Amino acid sequence: MTQTVTSPAPGVAVVRRPARVRLLWLLVVTAVLVLLVVASLTIGSRSVAWSDIVAALGGSTDNIGQAAVAKRIPRTVLALLVGAALGLAGAVMQGVTRNPLADPGILGVNMGASLAVVVGIAWFGIWTTMAFIWTAVAGAALAAVFVYAVGSLGQGGATPLKLALAGAATSAALSSFISAVVLPRGDISANVRSWQVGGVGGAGFGLITPVLPFLLVGAVVCLLSARSLNSLALGDELAAGLGERVALARATASLGAVLLCGGATAVAGPIAFVGLVVPHVCRLLVGVDHRWLLPFSALTGAGLVTAADVVGRVVARPEEIAVGIITALVGAPFFIAIVRRQKVREL
Amino acid sequence: MTAVRTVPAVPPTAPDRASSADLVAALRARRLRRRRVVLTVLAVLVVAVFVTSLMVGRTFYPPGDVLRVVLGEDVQGATFTVGRLRLPRAVLAVLVGLCFGIGGVTFQTMLRNPLASPDIIGISTGASAAAAFAIVFLSLTGAQVSVFAIAAGLGVALVIYLLSFRRGVLGTRLILIGIGVAAMLESVTSYILTKAPRWELQEAMRWLTGSLNGSGWRDVVPVLVALAVLGPLLLAQSRNLSQLQLGDDTASALGVRVERTRLLLIVAAVVLIAFATAAAGPVAFVAFLSGPIAARIVGARGSMLVPAALVGALLVQVADLVGQYAFGARYPVGVITGALGAPYLVYLIVRTNRTGGSL
Repeated sequence: MTQTVTSPAPGVAVVRRPARVRLLWLLVVTAVLVLLVVASLTIGSRSVAWSDIVAALGGSTDNIGQAAVAKRIPRTVLALLVGAALGLAGAVMQGVTRNPLADPGILGVNMGASLAVVVGIAWFGIWTTMAFIWTAVAGAALAAVFVYAVGSLGQGGATPLKLALAGAATSAALSSFISAVVLPRGDISANVRSWQVGGVGGAGFGLITPVLPFLLVGAVVCLLSARSLNSLALGDELAAGLGERVALARATASLGAVLLCGGATAVAGPIAFVGLVVPHVCRLLVGVDHRWLLPFSALTGAGLVTAADVVGRVVARPEEIAVGIITALVGAPFFIAIVRRQKVREL
Repeated sequence: MTAVRTVPAVPPTAPDRASSADLVAALRARRLRRRRVVLTVLAVLVVAVFVTSLMVGRTFYPPGDVLRVVLGEDVQGATFTVGRLRLPRAVLAVLVGLCFGIGGVTFQTMLRNPLASPDIIGISTGASAAAAFAIVFLSLTGAQVSVFAIAAGLGVALVIYLLSFRRGVLGTRLILIGIGVAAMLESVTSYILTKAPRWELQEAMRWLTGSLNGSGWRDVVPVLVALAVLGPLLLAQSRNLSQLQLGDDTASALGVRVERTRLLLIVAAVVLIAFATAAAGPVAFVAFLSGPIAARIVGARGSMLVPAALVGALLVQVADLVGQYAFGARYPVGVITGALGAPYLVYLIVRTNRTGGSL
């Protein structure tokens, strides 16, 4: 097993940064986030004058520029929410599995949510956002349990390689099943397809409101389990010795993460690698204390997805690249870098 | 393909040297006989499924009609359906299967790991992304697409090798890095497909999971040429390949020029995979499955190249038939092989984890 939770870089065991450094980073991250939100509201296919942007934020949609900005508001909110959810879920998953490669996308959790939603659309005719969310959460939970069960069989528990492989295999199987469900249904395929790439475009507040309770509950559960995650990081025996109920703590934290992933996937499609990249970056910034790491991951995740959305709008003007594609392009090299950094023994 | 090679049991109390040598010889002869029988059965099956896939379909044609069409005679109706539609498709299924089988098992044997197959470590994904790019953005066709696919396949192989090189290439690191590269390239493919002018799900599926739909002779020819050139070349190297499996030092002690052989094998296998991918897309998991299945039925001794190739051909053929006719809708072949292959991968992981072996 690994001790990677404590050391993102070999030899640099950042247990916890000094309070001053952490506060400084908090300010920096918040400032960047605010800038990104402003960018997300102002940048798009159509350039809009500042006066119109301000007017649109006030609720006016008199001309086309203001209407465009009004469209960007829910989109930005959704990007923030989804990003925060995925970043937080990733940090919790890495803590629960003590595995540096844990990520809702890599572990197939998002794919589980996708398959559940696709099956729901195709066979059970679900169409309300609420039904989407429930099926997605159920699918995410099933996939998470399955992958973790497969990956943790045998000696050494859930090593990074075993978990990543189990996740990749499960993702491949699930995406085959998704194709099998979607292909014969020409009527729904375009819909499903655009949802499946992962994006926050076309968001409306009607989509966001129903998912809020899920994300909120998930986030609270995750944040409350920060202390137990700290104990878990010491290893199961030691955590139990410290009075932690290991299995319960794991289950609670995982439930929170599954709620977050399921909710995020239901509204934005499967977005990979956010949950992988964000906690690693945050660990470099604030150290491994989950009480700091978790909120930081949420903030940074929100920033990352918003940034990916803005970049996707700018790069391919006048068209857009979906967020899921951008995060995969950024995240996969990161994944490779982590694998390269790990000591051979740990893989 | 399991790492454990079973040594034929020599009785510990061998009476004398001559009889134990006899025993070994007898076991060897039995193994060779079994291998020959299995290979013959596989080849017969490939031919049988090939003929079946020519006969069945929306309209059934008796073997006589099919044979006459193949011989070039003009048969009412059958000439078009069998000659134009089913024959190229069936031929391509066999060829693609052979290519994926050989290419996959070459990688698996060389890296001594069943997970190191080109479709898991991103080589097929790279070839597929490049092919989609060439078709969608550059409007190329035929052999030109293959060139792109090959370049990308080789490039991906090189990148993965370089990235995983750190005080020697380690199997597990290579596989994980390959998975990462594959994930990235898959999203590239998704992006390219969204830019396609005439977006069609069936066509998109070809580049995402592999499909034989709408294949014609123009798709067959490049693959046929590649296989005709590189297949014998790889077969000629099969002895060196099995010696490479013993480790670099042992292999070079046995007279193998390790670096040269490895380079040759990698290039040949990647080119085969790339040609097949340019024609039919990255048919999911065929390269991964063929080797282990072949090892299971032939026994893990001797060269796996021919058995794996035959198994690959059989897999693609059967999956295509099943996908076309077994369900209400027509599924591309990759969806079927994906649905079969991924559970097998999960099973492989479960089994290896259970027995405590390292992947």
